[in-house]
Amino acid sequence: MSAEARSKLDLDPGVVNACRQAAHQIAEQVTEQIAGMTTVSVERSVTRLLGIDGADEHEVPLPNVVVDQVQAAGGLDRGVAFWLANAIIQTGRSPQQIAEAVAADDLDLCSLQVADEHQIRERAREECAARLAQISERFAERRAWREQLGEAPTPLRYVLTATGNVYEDVVHARAVAEAGGDIVAVIRSTAQSLLDYVPYGPTTEGYGGTFATQANFRIMREAMDEFSREHERYVRLSSFCSGLCMSEIAAMGAWEGFDNMVNDALYGILYRDINIVRGLLDQRVSRMINGYFGVVINTGEDNYLRTADAIDAAPSVTASQFINHQLARESGVPDAQIALGDAFEIDVPVTNGLLYEWAQAQLTRELFPDCPVKYMPPTRHMDGNLFRTHAADSLFNLVTVATGQGIQTIGVPTEGIFTPHIHDRVLGLQNVAYVFNAARDLGDEIEFRRGGIIQTRAHEVLAGARALLERIADEGLIDAIAQATFGDVSRRRDEGRGIEGIVTVADGYLNPLVDLMREASYA
Amino acid sequence: MPEREVDLTRVRPYADHLGDGLVQMSFTLPVPYSLAARRAALELASAMGFEEPEVVHYEQLTPGYTYFVMYVRCAATVDFASLQEEGFDIEYLSEDEIETFAAEHVRRPIVVVGASTGSDTHSVGIDAMLNLKGYHGHHGLEGYRAFETYNLGSQVPNAALLAKAIEVGADAILVSQTVTQQNLHVQNLTELVEMVEAEGRRREVILACGGPRVTNELAKELGYDAGFSKGTYPHHLASFIVRELAARAAVPR
Repeated sequence: MSAEARSKLDLDPGVVNACRQAAHQIAEQVTEQIAGMTTVSVERSVTRLLGIDGADEHEVPLPNVVVDQVQAAGGLDRGVAFWLANAIIQTGRSPQQIAEAVAADDLDLCSLQVADEHQIRERAREECAARLAQISERFAERRAWREQLGEAPTPLRYVLTATGNVYEDVVHARAVAEAGGDIVAVIRSTAQSLLDYVPYGPTTEGYGGTFATQANFRIMREAMDEFSREHERYVRLSSFCSGLCMSEIAAMGAWEGFDNMVNDALYGILYRDINIVRGLLDQRVSRMINGYFGVVINTGEDNYLRTADAIDAAPSVTASQFINHQLARESGVPDAQIALGDAFEIDVPVTNGLLYEWAQAQLTRELFPDCPVKYMPPTRHMDGNLFRTHAADSLFNLVTVATGQGIQTIGVPTEGIFTPHIHDRVLGLQNVAYVFNAARDLGDEIEFRRGGIIQTRAHEVLAGARALLERIADEGLIDAIAQATFGDVSRRRDEGRGIEGIVTVADGYLNPLVDLMREASYA
Repeated sequence: MPEREVDLTRVRPYADHLGDGLVQMSFTLPVPYSLAARRAALELASAMGFEEPEVVHYEQLTPGYTYFVMYVRCAATVDFASLQEEGFDIEYLSEDEIETFAAEHVRRPIVVVGASTGSDTHSVGIDAMLNLKGYHGHHGLEGYRAFETYNLGSQVPNAALLAKAIEVGADAILVSQTVTQQNLHVQNLTELVEMVEAEGRRREVILACGGPRVTNELAKELGYDAGFSKGTYPHHLASFIVRELAARAAVPR
């Protein structure tokens, strides 16, 4: 929708404004509630951005080796950057050499002589600034190349692959790129979100997906770059900054030139039982990294509809979009990089279900006109009847193009049976190509009847979202999650996985990466 | 030749007229798109035992991979009549009938513990069976007076599921496997049976599994009491559990 286009839904600007106000208040509360803390994975992402990579003889990644040593010595409340910068000063070695020495038991970071505090701060800042500049340069080159090759008109077609073997993923990725896929995302092996480390090296075994490792990222990036060169069409890559290593994966993706990242803590909190505070802390830094380097983030509102009813839970999706939008902005992510989540999940037998879907999709576009939005296909009610799923996907594709979504995850006929096979994805993409082309300008031709089913539904959802947002603003997001506000799942502040990885910071905590990224986003 | 009446001892697929045996199939071969590829698909169908194979559509997915849609004629037949006699078809009870049946024959709350186990992140199957909301207007077991349910959600290790079952004295353990790859669900399901047996509790507890790749036959082969596939509603599962419990109560252990 162009900025000057008139609202098709005739939304009440007062209600929209009330939603934004409440979301702003909620985001500020969150920022206050998680102030003064860091996590082991945030600290590991600092080591990664400083160039530390590799694993020790027991296959423990070096970022873990370094952070674990500092944590065991009780020094993590100063920030790992403090100890690394001191070690650089004291030993004259690079961060990678220091990490290798730690792994070899030749260096104890916290028992080195401590240099002058000011000198440490300066040194840390210099190292970080140089590294950010180096990564930024790679991104600038990539952006220029992407713009030179050009991309398809929106909605961009986001396709998942998930074979477990990175080399098979390359075959699938090439097939989907050939069939018109614009963004390829390798689904992670299902258990990875609960690992408090990122595995090292290329992997050929995984279930429900392939491990996100830096080597796998590189293999996929090289394959897609080769495709882009051959076909003179840029293919984007995406992965998942989620689970217990959100910010580390953001750091890895930044280095390997990923264009998009799923980046939402709430998914892990609700569906993987990751501690709320841990998730929100990791999310803040991972979004900062993605925001800083121009990576488009996808939020996960679509997932609520996999566990809650799509009609009843629609206001919670809209409310969450408002909150996620504010939280992303607080981490310095501009609107053009915030792809809020939404999904087409109303059960097939619902009369006028298509109209309700249309209302919801249009509502998301009108509320966040400058955000790309990531629109998800029907999954929950899709069963082994792949022909019915293919038909439902056609309607989904129609709503996607007619409401001008920025990114669409393509629907696949074998949804709900197994991880789709290579030809299932191609069939899904052919359906998309047909509908997008056949209805390319349909959205511009349509206006909705005043007070009709679609407008009324949109108004109801927005009113519901407002009530919910105002309630959450009163009680705070953390309590709202405890009361099962999203996805019918309840999580408490003092429970959940990864809680032991939260560290209260001391005076003089040092994290120049966060400082530099924050300065840049508010400059 | 078309037959006039269905011979239930010799059944073959039906498409347009009785006895035509037509089967639709699709697959990908890892070969370059070419006339030779088409020929390969036809020969492969013949090797599968199909007659008169026809390729109605084929295309390149990516260089070196060709996708086919085929129609083939199946000459083989199956004896449906004797299968019908083996009692595969259960008559399901309604929600009310289940409550009444349980009140008469079991006379205590039936404790059911369920989870989506292993690395499977999908709770949709177990939620549909256990949660009050259920599926397509059919309440899950939580909504029955007869059942006391514990839904542990997704990504639950088999050990945790079993521990909970022991803790609450479960009458039945339900395992859901929604999205799996490379037959991981089989390993996962097998592991649970082995653990239950190792604990010496196999005879006391009803073990049931469900999911799109699960069949009753597979479940029994793996050592489960029953398996539930796509299209299962909570009252199907509940019918099985109450009847099985009643039957077990009638036979002293």
